[in-house]
Amino acid sequence: MDFDLSEEQRMLKESVDRLLEDRYSFEQRKTYTRAADGWSRELWKQYADLGLLGVPFSQDHGGFGGGPVETMILMEAFGKALVLEPYFATVILFGGAVKIAGSEAQKADLLPKVAEGKLLGAFAHSERDSRYDLADVKTTAKKDGTGWVLDGEKTVVIHGDCADKLVVSARVSGGQRDKDGLALFLVDAKAPGVTRKGYPTQDSLRAADITLKGVKVAASDVLGEPGKAYAAIEKIAQSAIQALSAEAVGGMQEMLDITVEYLKTRQQFGVPIGSFQALQHRAVDMLVATEQARSMAMFAAMMVDEKDAEERAKAISACKVHIGKSGRYVGQQSIQLHGGIGMTLEYKVGHYFIRSTMIEILFGDTDHHLAALARAGGLIPAGTTA
Amino acid sequence: MDLRFTSEEIAFRAEVRDFFESNLPPDIRRKQVLGQRLAKEDIVNWQRILNKKGWACPLWPVEYGGTGWDAVRYFIFKEESYRAYAPDALSHNITQSGPVICAFGTPEQKEFFLPKLRNMDIWMCQGFSEPGSGSDLASLKTRAVREGDHYIINGQKLWTTNGHRADWMYGLVRTSTDGKKQAGISYLLIDMKSPGVQVRPVVTLDNDHHTNETFFENVKVPVSNLIGEENKGWSIAKFALGNERAGIAKVGLSKARLALVKALAQRVEADGRPLAESPRFREKMALIETELKALEITNMMVVAAMAKGGSKQDPRTSVLKLKGSELQQATTELMLEVAGPHAMANQHEFLEARTGETVGPDWAGTSSPNYYFNRAVSIFGGSSEIQHNIVAKAVLGL
Ligand SMILES: Cc1cc2nc3c(=O)[nH]c(=O)nc-3n(C[C@H](O)[C@H](O)[C@H](O)COP(=O)(O)OP(=O)(O)OC[C@H]3O[C@@H](n4cnc5c(N)ncnc54)[C@H](O)[C@@H]3O)c2cc1C
Repeated sequence: MDFDLSEEQRMLKESVDRLLEDRYSFEQRKTYTRAADGWSRELWKQYADLGLLGVPFSQDHGGFGGGPVETMILMEAFGKALVLEPYFATVILFGGAVKIAGSEAQKADLLPKVAEGKLLGAFAHSERDSRYDLADVKTTAKKDGTGWVLDGEKTVVIHGDCADKLVVSARVSGGQRDKDGLALFLVDAKAPGVTRKGYPTQDSLRAADITLKGVKVAASDVLGEPGKAYAAIEKIAQSAIQALSAEAVGGMQEMLDITVEYLKTRQQFGVPIGSFQALQHRAVDMLVATEQARSMAMFAAMMVDEKDAEERAKAISACKVHIGKSGRYVGQQSIQLHGGIGMTLEYKVGHYFIRSTMIEILFGDTDHHLAALARAGGLIPAGTTA
Repeated sequence: MDLRFTSEEIAFRAEVRDFFESNLPPDIRRKQVLGQRLAKEDIVNWQRILNKKGWACPLWPVEYGGTGWDAVRYFIFKEESYRAYAPDALSHNITQSGPVICAFGTPEQKEFFLPKLRNMDIWMCQGFSEPGSGSDLASLKTRAVREGDHYIINGQKLWTTNGHRADWMYGLVRTSTDGKKQAGISYLLIDMKSPGVQVRPVVTLDNDHHTNETFFENVKVPVSNLIGEENKGWSIAKFALGNERAGIAKVGLSKARLALVKALAQRVEADGRPLAESPRFREKMALIETELKALEITNMMVVAAMAKGGSKQDPRTSVLKLKGSELQQATTELMLEVAGPHAMANQHEFLEARTGETVGPDWAGTSSPNYYFNRAVSIFGGSSEIQHNIVAKAVLGL
């Protein structure tokens, strides 16, 4: 076992850290949010030039051949900087869907374009009433000659407003919540019948509600076998959670650092407020929560490619539980320990708090995953009694 | 000991409930239920309805418009107000500056301010905190120097909530630097239209403009706007803090929010069943309900003691504030959990446009901003850490 980064991983980390240090101060970030897309196209190009957009793809597909650890390195750095660019939507979700469910031809066609920064994608899966149930899909796909016709509505599609291509989930058979009968389709975001209503999300990212009305899809744009997509959807969500966990840890570490720095500088009653033990202990609890979360993000990285589907699902749920719990604690305390200044949008720490609140919601909240883990029997099998 | 409300108190509750049910304008109620920001007119309208009824400022002495209720009745009134989703009275007018002017004002000050405060003809804001003086309020630096029959004010206040809507500020200013820092503070009423006053917005995490920073540059304030004696402002401000004791826990507010959470959890489906049927969620609600009930009873004990003329410095006030803010926060967390993915959109632009257009269900859009904003309830009005310090010292003798 070796938790140290390899030479290559260290270089990856250094290059992303350096870029973000130069280009992602809180003030610079503000200017990116004001751009037409709500993020920086110019930085996107830089990510492409540095090879970051192909990190999880194989070298055959124009990628870096990285695995979960490389994703963890990047996402942690993005979490620290509160990156606005659609990396999660395009590389992790869209790229992930193609990688997990696509044919060799589809991968060879799309992944290099993503890696080069020429194609933006999104994962149009969640619906108004689906909440955290991955099988809950009302959007329908009906056979039309050799192809398909899609009808339905997708909500809160992350970065769906700027995407060129969407991976859309739809039902070819079965009831609204059946695991059987799901399929994934590649849909051009500008295809006839697709309308998008874009809006900002709480965390200054963007999302869209997307309506599909009689959208025609060619047979060559089906990802995987129609009707059998649930396993792929679950896998996509698990990769997403693994990536989000690392992002969350980057954010928590930053909240902790900002708060500790503030405790050392803010004076009340003639002394730094960090001299009050009540606050010292709270900061230590923030550190404990952050370390627990970091370890669970590591666990998710170990387990996200695990072959045993049940073990994999439990591990990812366990990780999400911890990320949610720790993120909430660290976020709330970082505000509390700042006092009023933590409550303003002009100050940095609140933006991390908001992002961690959103991460808790994404792909299943703490209760959802806790219930799933408990249903599956937890992480430790029952022992034998004497 | 009689642990029940008296029959008069029960009848009083019915009267209040009935009044709220028939007099609260439906559009105000709707905004309150949806957790939306009220317009200035909404707050004014409602206050005027109460004023007509004679319920504008229950805690003031009767001669200035108070109702003469004891603390128990006031508590019932607040409970019913929250239950009806009626807006809170503007505390800066009704529980802060109003009672202070009643107790310490000159006849002229009373005559000018009190009728206008209770009818919301003027709007007060509080100018206490400064960039360097929050928990350590007594260290405040905004300087008031006397020149003839005026004070000249220079300095900066921070967190002046409603400063942009206010006509007047009740502020604490430094009139002396001799002796203990508490001993050089005066309580002054400042006309916000005075030359040299500048108000700048501070946008909070809910993306809204509640609060401000206020700058004073050679602002002239007549000495006749001083409340009480010069350099006695600290004890006057403390007097006002004791005032809201009966309502500080906002038990009714948390109960009303929980009732809403329950109703919405029946509408939201989670894994094919209403969320309200999820054992985990039910247990979470039930636990908060038990805490709320306990706090309600603590609150009743405190108000009963107050009604008998108990001391103003009851340290249980800190318990009410501590637990009360915790539960207010807990209920907004539950609301956020009910909303789930619907809490993600930033609906600010939609709400501002007031077209009724939203993303997702209409009730969900405010769940996340309200959750963030409620983090402040354990910060303002004496942070939770400061309340712990008070209880440790005053109750436990540590
Ligand atoms: C939304 C909002 C609205 C407000 N409205 C008004 C208003 O209208 N008028 C007004 O005058 N003020 C207002 N305030 C200011 C509010 O009263 C202050 O924020 C509060 O007093 C805390 O001060 P601070 O923000 O400077 O934090 P600090 O005092 O700097 O506190 C920072 C942290 O240190 C802790 N701390 C401080 N001292 C101690 C100690 N001795 N022991 C342990 N921990 C300690 C605090 O609890 C907190 O966690 C408002 C604040 C907010 C957030």
